[in-house]
Amino acid sequence: MWTRFKSLGRLGRLGVAALLWLGLAAAAAQAQAQPEGPEALIQRLSQQVMDAIRADPAIRAGDVQRIMVLVDGKVMPHVDFRRMTASAVGRHWRAATPEQRERLQTEFKTLLVRTYSGALAQVKDQTIVLRPLRAAPGATDVVVQTEVRGAGDPIQLDYRLERVGERWLIYDVNVLGVWLVPQYRTSFGQEIAQFGVDGLIQRLAERNRAVRN
Amino acid sequence: MSSGPARLRRAAAAGLLALAAALAGCASVPAAAEGGAAPAPVLLAPSPADPLERWNRGVFAFNEAVDEAVLAPLARGYRAAVPAPLRSAVGNFFGNLRDAWSGVNHLLQAKPLDAVHMGMRFTVNTVFGVVGLVDVASEVGLDRRSEDFGQTLGRWGVPPGPYLVLPLLGPSTLRDSFGLVADSAAAPPMWLGQEHERWAATALDVVHRRSVLIGADQLLRDIAFDRYQFLRDAHLQRRQSQVHDGRPPGEAEEAFDYDYDDDGKAGAPPPAAPSTPR
Repeated sequence: MWTRFKSLGRLGRLGVAALLWLGLAAAAAQAQAQPEGPEALIQRLSQQVMDAIRADPAIRAGDVQRIMVLVDGKVMPHVDFRRMTASAVGRHWRAATPEQRERLQTEFKTLLVRTYSGALAQVKDQTIVLRPLRAAPGATDVVVQTEVRGAGDPIQLDYRLERVGERWLIYDVNVLGVWLVPQYRTSFGQEIAQFGVDGLIQRLAERNRAVRN
Repeated sequence: MSSGPARLRRAAAAGLLALAAALAGCASVPAAAEGGAAPAPVLLAPSPADPLERWNRGVFAFNEAVDEAVLAPLARGYRAAVPAPLRSAVGNFFGNLRDAWSGVNHLLQAKPLDAVHMGMRFTVNTVFGVVGLVDVASEVGLDRRSEDFGQTLGRWGVPPGPYLVLPLLGPSTLRDSFGLVADSAAAPPMWLGQEHERWAATALDVVHRRSVLIGADQLLRDIAFDRYQFLRDAHLQRRQSQVHDGRPPGEAEEAFDYDYDDDGKAGAPPPAAPSTPR
């Protein structure tokens, strides 16, 4: 077998390897396609993110670039960030141009990542505990509640998810009893009323450029 | 349990001292408020929950000045001078006494299981945690479930009333201000006999609690365009959530409208959510 493989030559071996990889990727995709409930998703995501933070000192030190890579790779595929931004911007969203919408999403995401990057230094041996789900069996819109337990007071961390096809997408997050989207809507509304959508984008961008810590 | 006028006089003196320090702080560092763009003129963020916004903003500015001039420097000094294990012991000690009061409030809210849970937590930490200096209860799964008297009033249907920023004490509501009276009577320092001991303990408690929040103030500056509005809305949302133990009514039925996408599905924000000005 091995000799056969060797005799395939360099290109042939590469081809076999590529096929193997493709097979693995397909299997992984198959596993992904299995419908995953909202609780299982949150559980898995929390675990993955905690593990990644623990394994990477740069992330714990608040390295925004590294955190952004983690967020983009692991978290964002499960977030309906367009919807989050749209509902945070509120009624002004519909009047915004596609470019404005794009920039609003980018800047809002950066703002959130920057905001919470400092807190990641605190991640040590906490555990995430799911509170029992209170939703009807066929519900397509649920709130998954979790608690981060460690030293001191447990931290409440909840997620709103909506079922889109076979997948569940997060569209709001609650930290310590505060839902982010409604919290930001007043803030954004105030800015837009005063400076317009471009004004808001500019103010967000200024915030995000002013690197602190 | 209070010695009336003497206590009041001292509180007034402390307040005046803080005010003087704050003013001095303002005078010497005029541009300390903001790094970046020039501060916009005071704009209001009207909310039905906040009819006293102008007054509240004044107190808020006063509190920030006091914090910047007095409390934050003290807290930073405390962090620099006291090693972390000792600080954590301080926090655990005061936290343990507060836990007992949380247990009482669970009982007052007719939540016997939580009351027992917190009672056990208090007992374990007092007995096995060296009068509460070590939080052993958390290690064995007896996590903290905090309650205060404002939440107890809320549990029995007392509405929060208008938002209030209290001098030196910070964000509150009318209901929670009444709650605070009961809370402060049961506050950890009140467990001590001598008055000077109480004052010392109060000072340590306040400085310790502020030291835990070092960094949070910078975070607030980073995320909020208008710190007053941001803190107010977050505080009110959080209190509402706390009163209902993380599950406020209407949460499942989506009291908030999330559908602002291109399909033109519209809807005004419900009255519960603070509306945008103009």
